[in-house]
Amino acid sequence: MSAPSDTDQRSWWRRNQMRAAPWLFLAPGIAFFALYVVFPIFQSFQISLYRWDGLGEARYIGLRNYEDLFDDPAFYTSLWNNVRWLVLYLLAIPGGLFIALFLNQQVRGIRLYKSLFFFPFVISQVVVGLVFAWFYNPSIGLFNPLIGLFGFSPMNVLGNPNTVTYGIIAAGLWPQVAYCMILYLTGLNAVDPEQVEAARLDGAKGWPMLWYVILPQLRPATFIAVVVTVIGALRSFDMISVMTNGGPFGSSRVLAYYMFEVSLSEYGFRMGYGAAIAVILFLIMLVYIAFFLWRMWREERGY
Amino acid sequence: MRFTFKGALAALVTSTILAGAAQAELTGDLRIFFNDQNPAPKEAMEGMVERFQAMHPDLNIELTLIDREANKTQIRNYLTANAPDVNGWYAGNRMRPYVNAGLFEDVSDLWDGPMGDDLASTRPALTLDGKQWGVPYSYYQWGIYYRQDIFDELGLSVPATWEEEKANCQVILDSGRKCYTIGTRFLWTAGGWFDYLNLRTHGYDFHMALTAGEVEWTDDRVRETFANWRELIDMGAFIDDHTAYTWQEAQPFLVNGDAAAYLMGNFLVAPLREAGLTDDQLGFYQFPEITPGIPMAEDAPTDTLHIPAQAQNKEAARAFLQYVASAENQTIVNDVLGQLPINRNATVADDKFIQAGFEMLSNAEGGIAQFFDRDTDAEMASAGMEGFQEFMVMPDNLDAILTRLERVRQRVIAD
Repeated sequence: MSAPSDTDQRSWWRRNQMRAAPWLFLAPGIAFFALYVVFPIFQSFQISLYRWDGLGEARYIGLRNYEDLFDDPAFYTSLWNNVRWLVLYLLAIPGGLFIALFLNQQVRGIRLYKSLFFFPFVISQVVVGLVFAWFYNPSIGLFNPLIGLFGFSPMNVLGNPNTVTYGIIAAGLWPQVAYCMILYLTGLNAVDPEQVEAARLDGAKGWPMLWYVILPQLRPATFIAVVVTVIGALRSFDMISVMTNGGPFGSSRVLAYYMFEVSLSEYGFRMGYGAAIAVILFLIMLVYIAFFLWRMWREERGY
Repeated sequence: MRFTFKGALAALVTSTILAGAAQAELTGDLRIFFNDQNPAPKEAMEGMVERFQAMHPDLNIELTLIDREANKTQIRNYLTANAPDVNGWYAGNRMRPYVNAGLFEDVSDLWDGPMGDDLASTRPALTLDGKQWGVPYSYYQWGIYYRQDIFDELGLSVPATWEEEKANCQVILDSGRKCYTIGTRFLWTAGGWFDYLNLRTHGYDFHMALTAGEVEWTDDRVRETFANWRELIDMGAFIDDHTAYTWQEAQPFLVNGDAAAYLMGNFLVAPLREAGLTDDQLGFYQFPEITPGIPMAEDAPTDTLHIPAQAQNKEAARAFLQYVASAENQTIVNDVLGQLPINRNATVADDKFIQAGFEMLSNAEGGIAQFFDRDTDAEMASAGMEGFQEFMVMPDNLDAILTRLERVRQRVIAD
């Protein structure tokens, strides 16, 4: 410790302390990540090659589960709904941005308004789902009288295969917009007032001001908003489960829900089939994860 | 009723204590997982345990009540790890996954005794692979619960044939009401309609062959069943937007008089009474005949108790099941539940609907089915009921639905 010359006499630990320490700190995290995330991924790959009811003996059937899957109309319905979720859920980002811009002013009681707008994000997704299910209920819900005011005829939003997914996405957007709003509100605090001032002197206002001056400064907030919204769209499971159970006749399922339904729900005993769906879902997400990692890596290098 | 009942109860407890003393004394723990937390079933089960405890004071009984829906998924975990000594489940093919995996104890020895004769009516429902796997404690009838006052107002009488049923329905529709309320959000309610239409169109044997996977779904006879169903759908007999409602949310239509009838199990009576319908307003009739001459068969789902294969105290569990099956116990339990006892020596409660159900089921010459999702394989049940719901909304999709169901059947029987 004292003299730098006698390095060879120090113990291994003392010599390698600096290099070993980060790994030691990481070890518990790596161990649990490997056990609960990495290992199950490979296990899913393995189970997807078997026919297994989760109770008895598993039987190896090769790629049969995948063949069944690509032949299964319910799979394509779920996949298509996943795409709808991904695309429409992104509306939360502009929605959140405009509410944030609107609320980013110094008025008496603005904190109260901000917290009211943020409120839906605080409620559990399950509660949001329940509230919207009542809202849409054709016999007692407020939705039909509401659209009746504008001259529309009553709708059975959650019971109609053509509208059900949009109905659930709308319910999901309510808290998600609030989440994006809070991200942008904090982002707006970091906007440099001098740049805004300079832009104003150059005659920028309205849309050009927003597009060329404010938005570039909000890039980090936008990035996080995209990430959390995409993740939110992919874990839409709970809302679907609460609001429709995937129905009517399976038209509001997404892949995650379908996986649960075939393998773990009341009548679900097809673990191998569920695992095959999980593998497909994983591969789809891998594209997104790869993009995310690539982007992180690029940013680390400082472009 | 209650007062005479209490007297009977006191007499019973004394007699059962005497009977208990004669048996070998049971010791150790008896862990029971029961699958219902609703007030009546809870009271019934707790009463059962209390009386059994009185017979075996040295036994340490531990009762856990699990939510009905939660139990349907939890059963897989608790049967494979840390199993209780007794658990609640259902008869018919719904036992199949657990029987195949060797997770239920074979209790044929109990059925070989005198108990088997007392419970004879449900022996087929508890039998898989030639052995019995559990003991029933209660069952209930299905049928059409209707608004007597509306029928009286429109001058209708209880229909006995399909033609009369449809004629009645037309009168009801003309009066600005719907004939039937139903909530298909959780699918199984549509399974009840399919069961009855199929049982009445082609009889018990065909229905059981179909649910056992022995008949193709694209068979013409299946199409005939759906054609009968379609007659009602095309008339507009069912309430609108039923896909959005649960079976409970469909009740107000009957209570408010917007619909005249409800095909349902007898558990419907309690919530309707609570909602304010009197026994003068609410009636019950058997699902009418469709194809003349076919013996009437009924749906009567049976609730059961089982011994997990990994149970620790099987001796006590067997004694408990034997007590559960006894006439005394079944009389008391089903009076609390408002359902029917299975033991033929038990007394049926003095209630309009229970009596009607008892009479109907005693004369069910065709046979007694469990219910669509208990008679079929699990995968077939889920695909089937989803198809029924789709058919009720889009009857023109029938071909696609039946092709899909046939593909599921092929896969299920291939295993």
